[in-house]
Amino acid sequence: MTDKDDLVLDVSNVTLQYKTPQYLVTATYRVNLEVHQSDRFVLLGPSGCGKSTLLKAIGGFMEPVEGKITLHGRPVTKPGPDRMMVFQEFEQLMPWKSVLENVKFPMLASGRFKGRDAHDRALSAIDKVRLTKFTNVYPHMLSGGMKMRVAIARAMAMEPDILLMDEPFAALDALTRRKMQDELLALWEQVRFTMLFVTHSIEEAIVIGSRIMLLSPHPGRVRAELNSPGPHGDEAEISRLSKHIHDLLFGHELSAPRPAGVA
Amino acid sequence: MNTNTMKKEALKLAARPEFERELVDASSIGAAEIPLSVLQRLQNNTGFRRGAVLVALALIWQGYAMWLNNPLLFPTFSDSVTVMVSDFINGELLGRVMTSMKVLVIGYTIGVAVAAVLTTLAVSSRLGSDVLATLTAMFNPLPAIALLPLALIWFGLGMWSLVFVLVHGVLWAIALNTNSGFRSVPETLRMSGRNYGLTGVRYVVLILIPAAFPSILTGLKIGWAFAWRTLIAAELVFGVSSRSGGLGWYIFEAREELNTSSVFAGLLTVIIIGLLVESVLFRAIEVRTVQKWGMQR
Repeated sequence: MTDKDDLVLDVSNVTLQYKTPQYLVTATYRVNLEVHQSDRFVLLGPSGCGKSTLLKAIGGFMEPVEGKITLHGRPVTKPGPDRMMVFQEFEQLMPWKSVLENVKFPMLASGRFKGRDAHDRALSAIDKVRLTKFTNVYPHMLSGGMKMRVAIARAMAMEPDILLMDEPFAALDALTRRKMQDELLALWEQVRFTMLFVTHSIEEAIVIGSRIMLLSPHPGRVRAELNSPGPHGDEAEISRLSKHIHDLLFGHELSAPRPAGVA
Repeated sequence: MNTNTMKKEALKLAARPEFERELVDASSIGAAEIPLSVLQRLQNNTGFRRGAVLVALALIWQGYAMWLNNPLLFPTFSDSVTVMVSDFINGELLGRVMTSMKVLVIGYTIGVAVAAVLTTLAVSSRLGSDVLATLTAMFNPLPAIALLPLALIWFGLGMWSLVFVLVHGVLWAIALNTNSGFRSVPETLRMSGRNYGLTGVRYVVLILIPAAFPSILTGLKIGWAFAWRTLIAAELVFGVSSRSGGLGWYIFEAREELNTSSVFAGLLTVIIIGLLVESVLFRAIEVRTVQKWGMQR
């Protein structure tokens, strides 16, 4: 194993805190994780485990109070197009730009790709997510799943060092969600991009992930890091993994006796 | 026990017979899609309906004025239009309109520019936002025309007094709307923009302005209405420099000469220009931007 060479993202001992008007909230406490080239790394945990906050910090939107985040050895200090983010909300698309313009926009805005090159890359990314027919359509005319495909195409066209996905399918209906997971995996088979995927669904984590990190809530701490057989894995193995994850995340709550007088 | 059996009976639904049948002959109703008649389609046309309202108003005006038969107090619609057309042809009204428009464009442009600077400061720093909030709270309720005496002291009789008053009329409405538009840009969209490494002016121009465009357009429309109103009112108080007065001055002069149909001709011109800018210019911008983008129905 050439562990050191293919290390993309290194998060070491990261503690994140943010302020609400009333509280200073510690979102994660001393989290360590390493994402390697072509990993499908999943952050899994219940709400309140700081997984989205951690993704924001990796995106450069907030600074850790302790520890450091490095991408290919360079410390992360501010948002940048080397870490393209895909969000859960459909509002991430610019409503005033067509599908093509939306996909081209980050390439042109960051100056990473220009002119003809950007145009061709955008077309090929749109083709990869099977939206060629909708190239010149505005986002308000697309369905939720299509909007998400545009967001994914837009992020992939940039060829970022790592793709950061913040519960991208959570706002979709169950059937579309299932389909999008398959499509994302098919894309990964083609391009082998590195991604960090946040979800609160155990099932989604097992389907999407090659490696799954479990976080415990209040504050978010690392509970375990597991390998996933992926979608083509043996069914018994998948259900065993699912149960194992369930036990790790919720087991102690179920086994612990409830204090008297608390509902 | 009794309630239990009742529940069980309620759960068992009465079996109803199934059926299949041949389709009823629907040919008597004709084709499934019949084109609407010309009249029905016209009734669905907003422009036509509004035009009809205008025609009705003109007819009422004409009828009432003819019945009153007092041209000094209330000239007929046809007289007013005749005066308006002839004054346009002999160049008098056109000149007045041009004078007013020149002042308006200068005042409006300066107002928009200052509003742009203030709102950019407001989105980029907390102090800037406090400054803008306080200034708009102070000056927005202050009628622009109330500043005219002060403007006359500072700038004297002339165009720049009018421009000063206009800027005041335009600035706060636009700044207020633009700022609230900027504030309501979704967080995800902001993060997307910053994700591409956009900062400063590029971030404002490429992300915030288009995202807040519906509010900005509303601000521009309100600003335009304020400006137009304020300008005519200010011109009624005094002409512009020397001989060349604007549209308001035209109305004022006509009143002095008791030339009532000219007063009406001036008022009509004010209304027509207002309607044109609102329903042609701003409408065209709306169709090409916020409606096309699906940000407004």
